[in-house]
Amino acid sequence: MSQRIYVFKRFERFWHWSQALLIISLLVTGFEVHGSYRLLGFEKAVSWHTTLAWSLVGLWVFAIFWHVTTGEWRQYIPTLSKVDAMIRYYAFGIFTGAPHPFKVTRLRKHNPLQRLAYLGVFLLISPLIWVSGWLYLFNSQWTAWGLNAYLSLQWVAFFHTLGAFLMLTFLIAHVYLITAGHTLGAHLKAMITGWEEGEA
Amino acid sequence: MAEAAGSSWHPLGCRRAPSSSHRKTKIMFRIHSLLLLTLVAGLSATSPVSLANPDTAAPTSVEPSPDYPKITLPPPAPKSPAIKDSKSTADHGKFKELQRDFQSGPEVTQACLECHTEAARQVHQSKHWQWEYLNPQTGQLLGKKYIINNFCTSIASNQAFCTACHVGYGWKDDSFDFANQENVDCLVCHESTGTYRKLPGMAGHPPYKDVEFPPQSGRIVKGVNLQAVAQSVGKSSRRNCGACHFYGGGGDAVKHGDLDSTLTNPGRYLDVHMDKDGLNFSCGECHLTTGHEVPGSRYAPTAKDVDDKAHMRGKDDKNPATCQACHANDPHRQNARLNHHAEKIACQTCHIPEFARGQPTKMQWDWSTAGKLDQDGKPFIVKDSAGHPAYDSKKGDFRYESNVIPTYVWFNGTVHYTLRDTHLDPTQVVQINRFDGSPDDGQSKIWPIKVFRGKQPYDKATQQLLIPHTFGTEGDGAAFWKVFDWNKALEAGMRATDRHFSGEFGFVSTEMAWPITHMVAPKEDALRCDQCHAPAEGVGRLDQVPGIYMPGRSANPWLDRAGWILALLTLLGVLAHGAVRMVAARKGARQ
Repeated sequence: MSQRIYVFKRFERFWHWSQALLIISLLVTGFEVHGSYRLLGFEKAVSWHTTLAWSLVGLWVFAIFWHVTTGEWRQYIPTLSKVDAMIRYYAFGIFTGAPHPFKVTRLRKHNPLQRLAYLGVFLLISPLIWVSGWLYLFNSQWTAWGLNAYLSLQWVAFFHTLGAFLMLTFLIAHVYLITAGHTLGAHLKAMITGWEEGEA
Repeated sequence: MAEAAGSSWHPLGCRRAPSSSHRKTKIMFRIHSLLLLTLVAGLSATSPVSLANPDTAAPTSVEPSPDYPKITLPPPAPKSPAIKDSKSTADHGKFKELQRDFQSGPEVTQACLECHTEAARQVHQSKHWQWEYLNPQTGQLLGKKYIINNFCTSIASNQAFCTACHVGYGWKDDSFDFANQENVDCLVCHESTGTYRKLPGMAGHPPYKDVEFPPQSGRIVKGVNLQAVAQSVGKSSRRNCGACHFYGGGGDAVKHGDLDSTLTNPGRYLDVHMDKDGLNFSCGECHLTTGHEVPGSRYAPTAKDVDDKAHMRGKDDKNPATCQACHANDPHRQNARLNHHAEKIACQTCHIPEFARGQPTKMQWDWSTAGKLDQDGKPFIVKDSAGHPAYDSKKGDFRYESNVIPTYVWFNGTVHYTLRDTHLDPTQVVQINRFDGSPDDGQSKIWPIKVFRGKQPYDKATQQLLIPHTFGTEGDGAAFWKVFDWNKALEAGMRATDRHFSGEFGFVSTEMAWPITHMVAPKEDALRCDQCHAPAEGVGRLDQVPGIYMPGRSANPWLDRAGWILALLTLLGVLAHGAVRMVAARKGARQ
C-alpha cells in the first residue's frame, strides 16, 4: 500500500535548487577563470564568480541555521547499514527490476549511499573549495594577515581547482542518480513538490 | 637568439614576416540543459593565432643622400609655447641686462649670471652638463661620455655633432673647459620662442648667422635673434626638454619610444597628464627640479620605491618622478584587486599599453650594411612607405614600428652596461644594458621595456665594442660619413679614447633595453584583464614573465588532465549505466 510522505520542506527545496543554480554557475564561471574556455570574458567571469560565491555563502548561512534549529542535520549522520544492499541494487538489482532496498521515511529521507555522498560533499569538497576560495579571494590580504610566508597562489589555486573537479564529478553522478529512485521521476518530483511516494 | 636577430635583417630594411604561428588548444564546454540540471562535458577545438608583428612598410623611394648626415630637427619657429608661465613675477623683456645685441651664446650666459649668480655652478653639478654618472649600485662609470649604445654608438671623436644636445657651448673635443661658467647654455632649457636651435656639428652653438643646413642642401636655417630669445626665458616647457629628449638617437621618436615631438602639444589619448586641454603638465611637473638637478634617471631608475607611498615631493629625499610619488601604490578606489596587482606590477605595465603611440619609433639599426654607394659613388637613402629611412648609406638598415607592444621584465632598478672595456661573446646577442630583477627579490616589479636591436662593430681580436668616428667636417679623411671606410673610422674613433684597434672588426648583434614610462594613457585605454589573463588571442602580455601564477594562464596541466578524465569517466559511467538500464527495461517489458 503506498503512502505519500512530505519529505522536503519548502526551505529545503529552495535551498537545493538555488544551490544547484549557484554551483553550476560557479563551475561555469570558475572554469572560465581557470582558462578552460572563453564565454563571458575573464573580467566578467571573475566578477560573476565572486558575486555567486558570496551568494552561496549567504545561502549557506541560512541553510546551516535551518539544519541546526530543525535538527535535520541528523539526516546526514553516516551509517553503514544497508550500504551493501544499495550498492548491490545499483550494480545489479536496478537492471532486473528488483525492488529499491531503501524505504523513504520522514526521519530517513536519504538512503545510506546518499548520506555518505552528501556528507562527503559537506565535509570534504565544500571545505576544500571554501577555504581555498577565501584565500584566493583575499590574496591581497595575505601580507597583512601574516600568511604570505605560508601560502602560494599556485597551491591555493591548485586545491580550489581540485575541489571544482570533485564537485563537477559529484554533480554528474548526482544528476544521473536522480533517475534511480523507486521510479524514474520519483526523486525529481520529490525535490520539486516535496512529496515522495513511500510505502507504508 | 643571435641567429634569429640576424635572419630578420634584409638588405633593404624590411623584415621577413614571422612564419610561426601559435596554436593554443582550448577545452571547450558545451552545456546541454535537461530539466535545468544536466551537464555534459568534453569537446575540444583549436584556434590558430598569428603572432605576426605589425608589418612596417616596404621601401618605396630612393633619394640621394645630402652630404650632411640625415637628421630631423624640431619644427622651425613655432608660435605660442605650450606652457607660458604667466604667474612669473619677472618679465625678462624688461631687464636692462637683456636689452642689447648679443653676439654669442656665452655672452647671453654672462648676462644671466649677473643676477642668477649660482645657476652655472649648479648646472656644472648636473648630468646635463657632465654627461657622466657613477652608478653607486654597480660601480660603473656611465653617462654619454662613456657608454656605447646601439644607436649612434658613442660621442667619442664625434663631439661636435653630438653636443648639439649638451647644455653648453663649445664642446668639440677633449679640450672643452667644463669649469667655465660662460660655457653653460641657459637658453636651450629656458627660452620660449621656439626659434633657438642648436645644430649638429656646431658643438653646442646655435647658428648666429644664416647658414645652409644641412650643408649643400639648399635649405637655410636663420641665424638666431639672441636678444629676443634671451628676453623670452622662463620655466622649461615641454618643448625645451623635448628639443633634445624627443630627438634622441638622431631624430624624432628614434630612441625612447615613449618620448617624441607629439608630446609637445599632446591630446588626452597620448598623455593623460600632459593633455594640452587638461592637466597640461610640463616635464618638470613630475621631474620636480631643484637647483638644476633634474630627478629621474634611466641609469638608476626607481623600479620599486622603498615603501611605495605618496610623499611630499622635493622635501623627501625620494624620487619625485615616480607614479607613486603622487598616486601612492593603491590608487584604484573601486577595485582592491588592482591595488594588489600594483605590488608586483609597475603602473606603466597596464597604463602604457603600447609605446610609439604618437608616431613610429626606431626598433632596429643594422650598422653592418652601412657604406653602400650608388652608381655615382654617392651615399643614398631608401625610405619606407611612411617616409622613414629604411636604409641610409651612412648608418645602415633601420626598422620603424608604431603602437608597439612592449617586452615585459622583472626589474629592480639595477642596470648593468656593456662598456668600452667589457669583453663580450660575439656568438651571443650582446646586452648593451641588462636589467636586473626577479620575482623573488622583493625589489622588483614587472616593467614594460622597449628592446632596441642592432648590429654594430666590435674588435675581433680584443672582443670589445668599437667606437666609429662617424662625423667629420670638410676634409676629414677618416670620418665614416665622409669616406665610408670602416677601418679608418674605427681606427680614428678608438684613437680618440686612447684605445687600440686591432684592424680586425666584425659586427655583433646587440640589444638595449629602455624603460617605458612616459605617454601614460587615459584609464579607459589601460590594459584589460584578458590581455594577460585568458587572452582571446591565445597570447597573453605576460606569458614570458617567469615566477608568477596567473589565473587563466597558469593551470597545472596534470591536475587539469586528471580532473577532466575523472569527470569524463563519471559521465561515461552513468551513461553506460543508464543505457544498460534502458536495455534491461525493454527486455523486461517484452517478457
